This record gives sequence, C-alpha cells and structure tokens, in this order.
Amino acid sequence: MLTVVITLAVISAVFGLVLGYSAIRFKIEGDPVVEQIDSILPQTQCGQCTYAGCRPYAEAIARGEADINQCPPGGEATIVALADLLGVEVKPLNAEHGTVKEVKTVVRIDEQVCIGCTLCIQACPVDAILGAAKHMHTVITSECTGCDLCIPPCPVDCIYVETVEPTLNTWKWELPAADHVAPRPAK
Amino acid sequence: MSMPAEPTGALSQFHGGLKLEGHKHLSTRTPIALMPPQDRYIIPLMQHIGQAGDVLVHTGERVLKGQMLAQPHQLVSAAIHSPVSGMVRDIGNYPVPHPSGISAQCIVIDNDYKDEWVEHSAVGEECFHMTSTALRRIIRDAGIVGLGGAGFPTAVKQTEIDIHTLIINGVECEPYISCDDMLMRERAREIVAGSEVIGHIIKAREIIIAIEDNKPEAIAAMQAAIEEDTTGYFRLQAVPTIYPSGGEKQIIKVVLDKEVPINGLPNDIGVLCQNVGTAYAICRAIYHGEPLLSRIVTITGHGVQHPQNLEVAIGTPMQACIDYCGGYNEQHSRMIMGGPMMGFAVQSDQMPIIKLTNCLLVTSDEDTPALPASTAHLPCIRCARCVDVCPANLLPQQLYWYAAAQNFERVVDYHLFDCIECGCCAYVCPSRIPLVQYFRFAKSEIWEQERQRKKADIARERHEAHQARLAKQKQEREEKLRKKREALKARPASSTAVDAKKAAIAAALARVEAKKKQQDVAPKNMDNLSEEQQQLIEAVEKRRAQAVNEANNETNNPATDQAHTSADKH
Repeated sequence: MLTVVITLAVISAVFGLVLGYSAIRFKIEGDPVVEQIDSILPQTQCGQCTYAGCRPYAEAIARGEADINQCPPGGEATIVALADLLGVEVKPLNAEHGTVKEVKTVVRIDEQVCIGCTLCIQACPVDAILGAAKHMHTVITSECTGCDLCIPPCPVDCIYVETVEPTLNTWKWELPAADHVAPRPAK
Repeated sequence: MSMPAEPTGALSQFHGGLKLEGHKHLSTRTPIALMPPQDRYIIPLMQHIGQAGDVLVHTGERVLKGQMLAQPHQLVSAAIHSPVSGMVRDIGNYPVPHPSGISAQCIVIDNDYKDEWVEHSAVGEECFHMTSTALRRIIRDAGIVGLGGAGFPTAVKQTEIDIHTLIINGVECEPYISCDDMLMRERAREIVAGSEVIGHIIKAREIIIAIEDNKPEAIAAMQAAIEEDTTGYFRLQAVPTIYPSGGEKQIIKVVLDKEVPINGLPNDIGVLCQNVGTAYAICRAIYHGEPLLSRIVTITGHGVQHPQNLEVAIGTPMQACIDYCGGYNEQHSRMIMGGPMMGFAVQSDQMPIIKLTNCLLVTSDEDTPALPASTAHLPCIRCARCVDVCPANLLPQQLYWYAAAQNFERVVDYHLFDCIECGCCAYVCPSRIPLVQYFRFAKSEIWEQERQRKKADIARERHEAHQARLAKQKQEREEKLRKKREALKARPASSTAVDAKKAAIAAALARVEAKKKQQDVAPKNMDNLSEEQQQLIEAVEKRRAQAVNEANNETNNPATDQAHTSADKH
C-alpha cells in the first residue's frame, strides 16, 4: 500500500516538475493564430479592411470581430488561405472594402510639382517615401506596397499610380486556354 | 576512327525519352563560317539566369573590342562585353529574344570597323599554378555562362568541394541543332584545353567527354585531341542517341549510372556538367585573354536557303544571320530560338543573337511537332503515354491536372521542379495538350507567389519599424513636454519673472511721471497779470475742466484713473 502511494507520489511529482518546467521553458508569446493569419495577409498596410494595418486586422479576425473577406489587395487567394486556416467557409470579397486590383501598382511622385510638405511621408505605412520639409520627395518604388494611402493627403496632387511592368525575371507564363477545345486537324 | 573502349550497350539508360529524327545533316554540310562584322550590335544586359549587371558605360562613349559594358554585382550575374570597337549609341529598352517578347535593357554599339582591342592578357599555362578562386574570377570577368542553353553563370557552378568527375557535355540531343557538333569537329583541341582548366578549378579526378553516337566525326576529332593529352585524365564516352540524353541529370545517369537527388544538383553527388561550348569559351579566356564575344549558332530549318553554322558576335541582329545564309525561302513560317522541342518562337528577326542562342530554326509547319499552333487541345484521356516518355520519372498527367486547377501545393508534391521542360510529354500527347506550357505556367506562378511572400515579409518588417519609430517619436515628445513642465514647477511663480515685470512697469510709470513734470512747467508770462487777464484764464480753465469731466462721463470708460489724474493736475 505504502509503496503504491510513494510510487504514485513520485511519478506525479516528476510529471509535475516536467510540466511546470515546460510551461516556463516553452511559453508561447502572444497568440500563434494571429501570427499565422498575419503571415497570410499581403502586408500592404492599406487599411481598406477598416483596421490600422494588417496585424490589427489579423488580431480582429482572431478575436472573431472581423470577417475574412475584407482584404481587397489579398483578393481571393488570401480569402481561400484564411478560410483554410480557420476552417470556415470561403466567401466572396466584401465589396464595401474595395475591389481587387487587376494589376500590381506602385506610386510615383512628380518631382517637378512636389512642394516638400512631408504629408505623404507621414501617410506612408512602410516608410517608402524619402524626403524632408521643403525638399523634394521621392518614392522608393521597390519598397512601395501600392496601398495608395499617400495620394489623398497630397495638397498638390503630384502623386500618381503606375502599373508595375513585368521584367524578364518576373514575367509569368500564361495558363493555356483549356476550355477552348479544337478538333485535331487531319494530316 | 577510334571509338570508345566501352561498348554503348553496357551503359545504363534513363527512364523514357524519345527517338527523334535528327535533321542535323541540314546544317553540317559546310564548315563553321565567320559572320562578317555588322554596323550595329544590340547587347542585352540579361543574357543569363540571375540578375543584370551594372552598366559601366554611357551613351556617346567610345568603347573598344572586349571592353566590359556591364559588370556583375551580385553572385548570380554575368558580365557583358563589346564585340567590336565603336561608340555606345544608346542604352535603353529593346526587344530581346525571350518567350515573353517583352523589351529589356540593352546597350547598342555602333561599329567603327577599326577592330581595336581593349588591353587584355592571357594567363596561359600559368593557370595550373593558380588558385581556383583566381581562375573563377577570370571566368566571371569574361562573362562566361552555360552555353548549352540554360545560361547559368559558369563561375558560380564551378565549386571544388567534393567534386570527383567533370562531364563535358557534347551530347546535343535536340533535333536540328549542330553547333556543338561542328565546334567539336573543328576546335577539339581548344575544347580539351578548356576542359582541363575546368578540371583544375574543380579538382576533378576524371573528365568524361560525352557525345551522342550520331556524331562520328565529332567523336573522332575529340578522340584525336584527347590522345594528344598524356595525362590520362580524359575519357570519351559515346552515348546512345535518345532525346533528351543531353540533360544534365540524364547524361549523369547514362555515363555514371548515378541519379541526382530530388531538388538536388549534380554537385551533390560529386559531378559537374559543362557544355563543350562553355569549355571552348574558357579556353579562349585563359589562353587568349578574350571574354565571351561570340558563339557558334546553327541557322537551320526548311525555311532558310543555306542552313549552316556561323560564328556570330553576341548582339548581331538575327536577320543579318539569316541574310548571310541566303535569306528565307517561300516555305518559311516562323523562327524559333533553340530547338523544336525546347525552343520558343521569336516575334521578330530584328532581335539580337545572345549568349543562349544555340540555334535559329526557321521552320516550315511540319518542322515543329512539339510546338502546337494554338493552345487549344482535346481533353486528357489518361493514356499515360507522357508517363512512359518522361525522362525525369514524373507523372505529367497528374502535374497537368493540378497545374490546370492551379493547385500549386499538389504540383510541388508531384515534383514539378524536377521537370526539365524537355517537351517529350507534349510530343507524344494524343490530345495535343501543351503540357510543358502548363508546367511553365505553374512554375512561374509559384515563383511569383514566393516573390510576393518575400515582399510581404519586407513590408511587414518596414511597417513594424515605422510603428516603432512613431512610438519612439511620441515618447520623446512627451518626455520633452514633461521636462518643461517640471522645470516650470521648480521655479516659484512669484519670483524673478513676475518681479521683473512689475519693476519694468514701475520704471515705465516713473518715466511717464517725469516727462509730465517736465511739461508741467508754469508758463513764464503768468506773472503780473491784470485782474481781467486773471479772470479770463480762470474761465478758460473752468471750461477745460468741464469739458474733461463731460468727456469722462460720456464714455464712462474704465480709464477713470486717467480722468482723475488729469483732474488732479488742475
């Protein structure tokens, strides 16, 4: 009887220690679901989802406050990935938040017109605009996410949207048109 | 004719493959001709896999033959050089030979026909006492890329870590192409010399030269060149003519009976493959100090008058090559860069010959069975013929299925990235499905997704940095305000500042008083006034006082003090 009690006590003590140690050692910082959602979002930081960036939106989805179809830059691919991750139904993009852009864009500043007001610099969520007060500003196009947040604050309308043209390294093959089926020509 | 010791029957064979009509005789009837110089050369910056180099020249600058025009600044990049002496006419976007047909940055050189070389010196035999790193540097600066068609920068590939075998690839399995064949026939000794340099760089124990057995002349020439070499370093291996035995993984399987692991490279199993053209270019760089300025191009097909092989300077317009070969004939339909299996149609013959142009195939329609006229096709009937011929042991019909459904995860699971795009599957498909195009589509989509993911990661990082900066600025501002507030609190309110103000007011008042006193001097003619005069003065004073009082009452202004003071005066 005593052996049994001691044995069980020792076993539970050992497990208790192991569990206690792992609770400290392998503690998870933050919510892993938020991280996963955030990694799916396109990181445009455009705020079209009504949240102040991709991470706040990810947090809102994790809390169940926001729906998965509020991200126009991500489009259908993001919605499908989110639905997959969270185990919910795929739904079409909520048109209230905007429409999917057909092509990728960046912005460019017309440097002749720019007055150096710094308003666009303050609006840029990824610090992709370079400049200082009363000095010409310019967009670092390689870092621009195409969120267009800098356009409304510009007092002289010198920021314009430019489509990103494919280069030899980014050009994509087209999906062959499979729906159009032609009979094999007679030889 | 000396044939290899080992009979070809003892060689192992890769899975699948096709026996294709070679059509090589079309272009091997005459020796390699040197293309005459042209007025203008268009040299694209991107003629290789990787990143474009940095342009070193500017418009209007005079350049010499062999002068570097763009220098590689990243690991996977290649230099380009001027093929002639002349002037840089323009640096801008021109159409380049690429399946997309898009324009890319090119340097346009106007030939001055002086043929002045830039200063260059050959290393020569000295190279065998040099380190691999130094030799790789020379090869890199010579702008040498894999001339078999892939265009991977050669120096990057030449690692000396754990490599035991070098395979010099003279297989040239694709129909119509004969540039490597002719190069081996005519310049075998240079190829052997170049191979020896590569062998030294990678510290290979053995060099195997592999040639398809449909090229007896090339085999003989190479065998003769090897026999001059006494090191016993070289071995010539004839391989059976089966398409695509020229593929890197396929040739390793045939020659060494080894398989490159999935997602692996030949150097994972201690093997390096180099094209004969690349070996020749390395020979030119080491023994003559010349960068890669020209290459052998097969101009062939039933659509051109005199098919033959030409040594063409990089940047020569394609049309000039066709003209040199007698021009198009009536049956010509389109022009393909590369062979009929893996090549792509070029949209215009104004495009330049680049380092990767091994062949220009001017076709009549029956020349190109693997290139369907349109992408329209019948449904897949799951006959599995594609599976039988796939040299990479893949399941093309499954890949097709998932690629068409854009299920990219599954495509990767089915090892899409081991597909060498040889076109065997599309060639045998009874439904004429452009399978390779589906695979290329899936590959480029997956690469695009990868780029997007990387870009998103950078954007996330930048956004976080942005927010951290804002938070820091806010904190700094608050800190500043707090300090100011504290400083104000530290000084008693009634002290110095307020006192100084009061003192200033007092001083001002005193000054005003003094001035008034000065003005208040009694008039000098007030003595000895008559009674009448005295009365008049009093009346005036009275009126004045009255007027002042009235004014004060009227406005009833807060400045009553002032009224009093003026009244006091009197």
